[in-house]
This record gives sequence, C-alpha cells and structure tokens, in this order.
Amino acid sequence: MTIRVEHLTHTYNKGLAYETKAVDDVSFEVADGEFIGVVGHTGSGKSTLIQHLNGILKPDAGRIWIGDIDITAKGVKMHEIRKRVGMSFQYPEYQLFEETVYKDIAFGPRNLGLADDEIDERVREAMSLVNLKFDEMAERSPFELSGGQKRRAAIAGVIAMRPEVLILDEPTAGLDPKAHADILSMINSVRERMGGIVILVSHNMDDIAATTSRVFVMDTGRLVRAGAPAEVFSDAGYMRGVGLGLPQATEMAAMLGLDGEPGAGVGAAAGETAPGTILDMDGLVDAIVSARIARGPDAIDGTPRGEEDRNGATRDEKGVGE
Amino acid sequence: MIRDITLGQYYPEYSIIHKLDPRLKLVVTLVYIASLFIIEDFFGYIIVAAAIFAVIAASRVPPRFVMRGLKPILIIIIFTFALNIFMTSGDVLWEYGWLHVTRQGLYTAFFMALRLILLIVGSSLLTLTTKPMKLTDGIESLLTPAKKLGVPTHELAMMMTIALRFIPTLLEETDKIMKAQQARGADFETGSIFRRVKALVPILIPLFVGAFRIAQDLAMAMEARCYRGGEGRTKLNALKFKRRDLAAAFVSAGYVAAIIMERILL
Repeated sequence: MTIRVEHLTHTYNKGLAYETKAVDDVSFEVADGEFIGVVGHTGSGKSTLIQHLNGILKPDAGRIWIGDIDITAKGVKMHEIRKRVGMSFQYPEYQLFEETVYKDIAFGPRNLGLADDEIDERVREAMSLVNLKFDEMAERSPFELSGGQKRRAAIAGVIAMRPEVLILDEPTAGLDPKAHADILSMINSVRERMGGIVILVSHNMDDIAATTSRVFVMDTGRLVRAGAPAEVFSDAGYMRGVGLGLPQATEMAAMLGLDGEPGAGVGAAAGETAPGTILDMDGLVDAIVSARIARGPDAIDGTPRGEEDRNGATRDEKGVGE
Repeated sequence: MIRDITLGQYYPEYSIIHKLDPRLKLVVTLVYIASLFIIEDFFGYIIVAAAIFAVIAASRVPPRFVMRGLKPILIIIIFTFALNIFMTSGDVLWEYGWLHVTRQGLYTAFFMALRLILLIVGSSLLTLTTKPMKLTDGIESLLTPAKKLGVPTHELAMMMTIALRFIPTLLEETDKIMKAQQARGADFETGSIFRRVKALVPILIPLFVGAFRIAQDLAMAMEARCYRGGEGRTKLNALKFKRRDLAAAFVSAGYVAAIIMERILL
C-alpha cells in the first residue's frame, strides 16, 4: 500500500468573503511501511489534509491515490477506501455510543459486512493490541471507563477494521502522562503487528521524534518541509518560524551547546538520524558523556559552543539559574 | 457539510435598522404582523409592501438575501395558494371535471399568498438585522413586567441565550461525530427509511452525551464565576432607547395610522 497525493487543494467557504485555503497545492508520496508524522501549528491544515486521505473531505483540486485506486475519481466506492484507510479523529472517545465496549469496537467490522466469528476475532485482536483486557472490559459500558481506556477503546474500533493505512489525529491530546505513554506504546505495537502505513498528527514533538520515520511540516495550508525527524528538527529557527517547537531533548541540547556535536544523536531513532541532531533523552545523555570525555568535565556550561571563546564568560560569572 | 447551515441568519451591516433598539424592533414587528391581518384589500398591501421595501433599503440587506427566507415556506405558500384557488366557491371562470377556478378563489389565493410572503419577509427582517443575543436581551427587557407575576424572565432569557450560543457548537460536534462514524464505515445515505433512522443512533448517542458534558462544564464555569440568576445583575451593553429609536417609533406610528386610515376610508 502506498499513498500518492498530487496538487491537493481544499478551500473552505468557497466563493464567500471569508474563503480560506486550508490545504494549498500539497503533493507527497508515502511508501509502504513508513511512519509519517504531520506537524504544524493550529490552523495549518493538518486535519483538513488527512481527512482527504479516507475520502471524508473532497478536494477542490488535485488527486489522491491510495494504492492503485484514485479516490478522487468519480464513482469510487467510499466503502473500499474506508476499509483500507482507518482514521481516528481528535478525541475519538466522543464517538463511543454502544452499550458495551465489545459492540462499539465491532461497529466498524460490522459495517464492513463481516461474519460474526470474523468480527469476534477482530475485536479480540484489536482489544489486545490496545491493551484492554478482553475478559474485564468487553462487556462493560464504554462510558464508565477511564479517559485513557476510552481513548484506547475508540482507537480499537478503528484498528478492528484492519486498515492498511492508520491515521491518528492527536491521539495523545489531553491525557495524563501514564495514558499518554500507553497510547504511544500501543501505536508502536499496532505498527509492528499490522505493518502498513501509520500517519500521526501531533503537537507533541517528542512523540513525533520518538516514533516517526519521516516528518511533514505544514504551514498555512502548504507542505513546507518533509524529511527525517533529525533533519527537520535540526533547523530550530525555521521550526520556530512556523510556530512549532522542538523535542525537549533537542531543545535541551541547544541550551547546553551540544547541538551539532559530533557523535550526538547516536542513541536517537535508529539509522535515519542526521549527524548532530539529538532527538531523545538517550541521545542527549550520549552527547553529554561524549562531550565530557572529549573536552573535559567543564565542557558543558550552558554556553552555546564558540561563544565561550569569544567573550570569555564562564559558568560562574553568568550564573547557573538563568 | 452540516457546518454550512446558516442559523439565526443575521446579516452583519451597520445600517440604521441594525442599530435600532431590539425592543423597539420586536414591538414594531408585532405591530406589523397585526397590521397584515387588519388589511382587507390589495391597496392596503401596497402600503405594506412600500413600507417593507423602504425598511429593506434602509437596512442595506441585499433583497436577494431577504427573499431567501421564503424558501423554506415556499411549499406552504404554494399549498395555500392551490387550496384557495380551487376550493373557494363563487363565479366560475374555468372548469375541468370537479376542478373549478372562481373569481373569488383567484382573489383569495393571491391575497393569502401575499399576506404570507409579507409576514415572512417582515419577521425575517427582524432576525436579519438583530443579533440573536440582542434579541434575547430585548425579549427579557420587554418581559420585565411579567417578573412581578413570578415569571422567571431572566432565567428564560438566559436559557434562550445559551441555546442560541450552543447551536453552532453542537453542529460542529455533530459534524465531527458524523465524520468519525463514517470513517468506521457508517452509511447515512443509503438503505430503507428504517435503516437510515437506525443509522442515526451512532450519531445521536454521542451527541447527547456530548451535550450533557457541555452543559455540565458550562454550569460549573458559571457557578465558579458566582452566577446566581438575574437578581442585581447588570449588563455590559445595557439597552438604551436613543433619539433614533424615538424617530423610528414615530415613523412606525405613521405606518399604523396609514393602515388604519386605509381600512376606514377605502
């Protein structure tokens, strides 16, 4: 399964005074097995873009191929698309409606017209993937679960359709740290077990850096950057310019003057890391250690590299707590 | 998309009509509706039509926009028109089987259709030129005397305000839920009536749950800001009866006088 998007444009309120181009001439390709992160500040068109991928929104111009099907073509069966492209919206727990968790997760597979035993198998599989215990949870009302459990039950409802492309819009928004971590590990296990493409939309740069293999940066409806997380996050100035931040470890590395350190990023998302960009805590620790080995115990004093030599300021003079 | 539905149909403009006191507009609209039922001949409607066109012109709302309000009741107009034209007895002008058109029928049909059209145009002009919030303020203020009789006017107005305020929110919520269920393969457009009604369940339940959640949050937020009903409550934008309102009241009085004169003299 691959995704190909060509010159996609979507305009809200067309013809009215307040018409806005939510997605403006966006083109990209996604290969099978990729894990794509989509970032952009509020109103940059991320949600509008991804809602095109399963035919919920229709583009004003441009084409979208899911595998070998052009879903923008006339007469295309939306059912076929929804079967292949699963989508979990923001706050998916607000879509729960059935009496039991089991029935709610079965809603999607049932709409696909599957047989009962096939549905049963899929519900069990989906529940185990999102780490909800079948015996405990299946017959409970979805409305009496905790926030994190509700979210996982709702995502299970999408996973149970066994999509080849799984799109998750802000799956961790508003959750406590434990539930947040649960969702992230759930996404990883779903990906391992099911393969296919995963697209994650998030404001949380740490999540993006920790999970994705490629990052799309959206700004005012345009796809302005696309590349490996290390590549995208290496340009801190640009990311701030489009209203985004950096992963905390990357930010911290910059504060410590460790960005661009040779050997940094060793522990970060394997393989795809551009030299010098630290994406996670492991990478940060490695960078600190190697800097201390290379330059002695005073190597890290919170001064960006190079400045120290110019104005001769030391850590004591500058004060530590600034 | 469901979000595109316009509600309250307010048309933003800075005309004199928009600026008038909502209380005055409410009263004048009621008087206007009453005047439509006083009139008994077409000449009276000429006065009414002239008046309403003058108001539309003054409001600077495009006439096309005003006429859009007629769309939903077009069927009712056509229905009453047909009913009147065929069901009224009198001098037969045309006959086919049991169908017959009489002179009186033709007259009544046009008369009634005109009355309905003027009624809708007049009342939609009120909502086109007055923000819903101002309208509820006006209603609350007009109902103040009823407070002495124990009618909770402030609470009623607050309920109306909240209801109006949350229509777009709930529409947005509906839109989101529909999309989410569609993504899970729900189908709202095909199948028998029974199936389509059943297909609404996955939308309605989350919507109700959502509405209660919103209501609870709102109640909490209001309580946290010490809301305790209308007693001693002041308004940010208190309604003021200005000179232009007085002028408009006089013009309206002139209109009523003209209608009554027409009725007596002609």
